[in-house]
Amino acid sequence: MKTENTNIDYRQIPGWGMDIDPDNEPTYPMKNYTGDDHNRLNYERSPQQPVEIELLKSIERPVNPVVFGTTVPPSGLSGIIRRYAFKHSEDRYRHWISLILADRINAWEGIIEDLGKGVFPNILAERGIKAELKYNAGGLAKKVVVAAVVGTLLITYLAKKKK
Amino acid sequence: MNYRGPFRVRAEQRPMPEILHPEDAIVRVTRTCICGSDLHLYHGMVPDTRVGSVFGHEFTGVIVETGPLVTNVKIGDQVLVPFNIACGKCNFCKQGLYGNCHESNAMATAVGSIFGYSHTAGGFDGGQAEYVRVPYANVGPTVIPADMDPDDAVLLTDVVPTGYQAAEMGGIKEGDTVVVFGAGPIGIMAARCAWFFGPSRVIIIDHIDYRLEFAKNYAKCEAYNFKSMDDPVVFIKSITDWYGADVCIDCVGCEAEGNALQTFTGKVTLMQAGSATAFQWAVNSVKKGGIVSVVGVYGPPFNFAPIGNILNKGITLRANQASVKRLLPKLIDHVQSGRLNPKGLITHRVPLQEVSDAYHIFSSKLDECIKTVLIP
Repeated sequence: MKTENTNIDYRQIPGWGMDIDPDNEPTYPMKNYTGDDHNRLNYERSPQQPVEIELLKSIERPVNPVVFGTTVPPSGLSGIIRRYAFKHSEDRYRHWISLILADRINAWEGIIEDLGKGVFPNILAERGIKAELKYNAGGLAKKVVVAAVVGTLLITYLAKKKK
Repeated sequence: MNYRGPFRVRAEQRPMPEILHPEDAIVRVTRTCICGSDLHLYHGMVPDTRVGSVFGHEFTGVIVETGPLVTNVKIGDQVLVPFNIACGKCNFCKQGLYGNCHESNAMATAVGSIFGYSHTAGGFDGGQAEYVRVPYANVGPTVIPADMDPDDAVLLTDVVPTGYQAAEMGGIKEGDTVVVFGAGPIGIMAARCAWFFGPSRVIIIDHIDYRLEFAKNYAKCEAYNFKSMDDPVVFIKSITDWYGADVCIDCVGCEAEGNALQTFTGKVTLMQAGSATAFQWAVNSVKKGGIVSVVGVYGPPFNFAPIGNILNKGITLRANQASVKRLLPKLIDHVQSGRLNPKGLITHRVPLQEVSDAYHIFSSKLDECIKTVLIP
């Protein structure tokens, strides 16, 4: 979209700047206001970290930041969904909802990856079953009983319905 | 540690991190904490949390390797590492907004970069590991004073600065009444730090009795269980002469309980970026013209929030990730002088190998857990 010509001398607008109050700064003391914001992205940058992995970048910035994380580049089906997500800005729900969907699929991919390496993931241990048994054995027993009762009722209902 | 999906983490051997930029350092981790905000990752609430990631943004350690442009720390230095990854050169860093650095997060412009906090926050591995890559080592890592207890030092990486900034953003005046929502480690620290600004009352609201009891003793504040009251907003109005609190602080974020609609839409169905109950209570409990300070973590998409009340009550809303580096000199002084006792929050010390159990204990609030430190 074409932008408007903003090449005007705004200082000539009647009343420009006459009510400036330097103390009216709600970001203090979080922000030590220097006026540098008006320089936008013009500042001295450190050398760029080489890009040696697939790096997904927000479309709301023109170039990569100086440094970036290299952990877990996108891969598999979740990677395809993440690449789609990063075609849209952070303002779009399709960006974030796609990423959440990718995360859920990624959890299953993780199990498949484990199995592919010959590792059977111990999901109960990963969920902290040892701590649950140690500190909340009663609560765990209650959950098991409730699950068993609900399961039995469901199976009975379905069996009756089938007849 | 290795994230495997919602509610699943495990300890696992991984390759050593490497220097990837001339201003990087490699740190051998000596202490690392599980933060309440790590639970949002653990519960699968933060978009772009990839399986295989290492969490952990609160850690101390020893510098074992430095890139060629690192001059401010050297091999062998014992350092605490702020949770923000900040370049120190962009216009945000130059103005003290180290939590909003523009040169460390490719994946999102709405958040700076945080160690081990999803790809939305930069995709860096975190400190719940034996070794970690620390970018911008001239800026973040701070040498731990020789006489400082390492348990105090590790809590200066996030909990203390975030709690302090929560109170600072409240613009608390002498004689004010301050209400803190959430009696987790950050809420307790915010309540404690609020006293530095001269209020006459500090009140903390939660629904877990052991945490309220802890907060009452640690932060010398009033503590109330919202489950024992019909309506927390009416309760706060009633104890502030039907005026409202001067300052309300949201230290809960996206997993708040207490409102069925918020819980269903925010936590069960993810129709919004978590449950905004604490934020709603803060807005509705503060006086007209009051200040609401937010440090509780919310996801990026959107939340159901009472914006009309913010407008009509003339509320000033202040929020940010803590700017750890800006606050460190003052907070180190508070700790060294004995005014603050961060390590008093620590209730559990767990070997890193047992990270699965440590997360479950903290997440399920077992064994009266307040704050867990993992020891590699």
